[in-house]
Amino acid sequence: MSIAGHIKAFTLWEFVKAHWLTLKYFFKPKYTINFPYEKNPLSPRFRGEHVLRRYPNGEERCIACKLCEAICPAQAITIEAEPRDDGSRRTTRYDIDMTKCIYCGFCQEACPVDAIVEGPNFEFSTETREELIYDKQKLLDNGDRWERAVAANLAADAPYR
Amino acid sequence: MTAVFQSYLGFGFGWFLATLIFILLIALPLMLAVAMIIYADRKIWAAVALRRGPNVVGPFGLLQSFADGLKVFLKETIVPAAANRGLFLLAPILTFTVALIAWAVIPFSAKAVLADINVGLLYILAVSSLGVYGVIIAGWSSNSKYPFFSALRAAAQMVSYEVSIGFVLISIVLWAGTFNLNGIVLAQKAHVLHVFNGFGFNPLLFPMAVVFLISSMAETARTPFDLTEAESELVAGYQTEYSSMSFALFWLGEYGNVLLMCALNAVLFWGGWLPPVDWAPLYWIPGILWMFLKIFAFFFVFSWVKATVPRYRYDQLMRLGWKIFLPLSLFWVFLVSGWLLLTHSGAMS
Repeated sequence: MSIAGHIKAFTLWEFVKAHWLTLKYFFKPKYTINFPYEKNPLSPRFRGEHVLRRYPNGEERCIACKLCEAICPAQAITIEAEPRDDGSRRTTRYDIDMTKCIYCGFCQEACPVDAIVEGPNFEFSTETREELIYDKQKLLDNGDRWERAVAANLAADAPYR
Repeated sequence: MTAVFQSYLGFGFGWFLATLIFILLIALPLMLAVAMIIYADRKIWAAVALRRGPNVVGPFGLLQSFADGLKVFLKETIVPAAANRGLFLLAPILTFTVALIAWAVIPFSAKAVLADINVGLLYILAVSSLGVYGVIIAGWSSNSKYPFFSALRAAAQMVSYEVSIGFVLISIVLWAGTFNLNGIVLAQKAHVLHVFNGFGFNPLLFPMAVVFLISSMAETARTPFDLTEAESELVAGYQTEYSSMSFALFWLGEYGNVLLMCALNAVLFWGGWLPPVDWAPLYWIPGILWMFLKIFAFFFVFSWVKATVPRYRYDQLMRLGWKIFLPLSLFWVFLVSGWLLLTHSGAMS
């Protein structure tokens, strides 16, 4: 090492420089947001928790074509169907195992009637595993709860499809 | 105060009660300070990383440490089946106790010192050497490989840096002429140019102040030297098998030690409870506030270093301790004693 190098080493010059840098960072504004109270904007294409939607008259959209069940790469969807009293084909069971789901969005792509949609909600952690196995009622409730946001997102993304 | 108690309660019992109250007056605020200092540590570290740090529990997250403490308190204490149960439970108690008893000789102001013994510095050295036993016992009694590696590292690390700390303290003692910590503080009054209170302002002793600061980081195993709990290599080091309150005791002991080292830095080199400048209006501020201010300033430096410097490799740590600090501090003992002999000042006068 050169003489200058030794002087630098013994005066801890590199350390002084490093600490000056971190001190400057110490007084800079924070980079992170104040998360639970402040949230980042989400894309209309964001794929979060699933919802099963209804038509404005309250009729559920799903026609039990089972395309989502067929395309689901994680095989997270289970559907059973039979004709309803009025003769229309409806699901009697529509379960999504959220612990299997990989949030790829294929179910939404496959759906011919925009019934199953991945909504903007991503804060649905639970305390037990069982609560993450969603049944039809849970998904329909989600749909009622998130309908406005989901409809707005679908409308915003429609020109690009 | 002891005399007041003794006049009412008799000699022995009065002394006992007064000392007990003194101990509580130091230990309880110290625990509170440790809780707040952990919060400060996380906040400072977060700020350097442009994060926010704890900000949810209480105003500005001030109660975060208490929430953590409560959480840890409610957890189950797990003793591994293969562990040596007695030693396993003794280790955190030992670490915590040793971190507390060293505070007995730290002067918070001219009068506020629990045990004003005349070999205070030797006592500090003895107690801080004991600190390594808690870590070694924890590592050995866990009967698990990573804690054991950590214990071996801790033993080697603390011994190496204690040697250079010893030599640094000798140069301080040579100048102050006393082992009593209050005496050392008073010896620093108007030490440099009859204005600055503190050995650290002395150009001859300033390098030793830096060596002592770095050694005290190594001694408390703070981040650039935290090889004993290097999480990327040893899981959590000697704390790996610990849970619940036994873990919390390590935590408290560790930060208690950090605060102790901050206090020692302040007392030995930067004038302790004296204001930094020997100027009458500054003495209106009580000494204990100056002491707290200095302790916190040093803690800020500790956190700042933690946020800045990456961890040393083990051989670098050993090289720094044995091949740089030891010769340097030994040389400085000669230099300081030679200077004192030449000028007939300090303890030589």
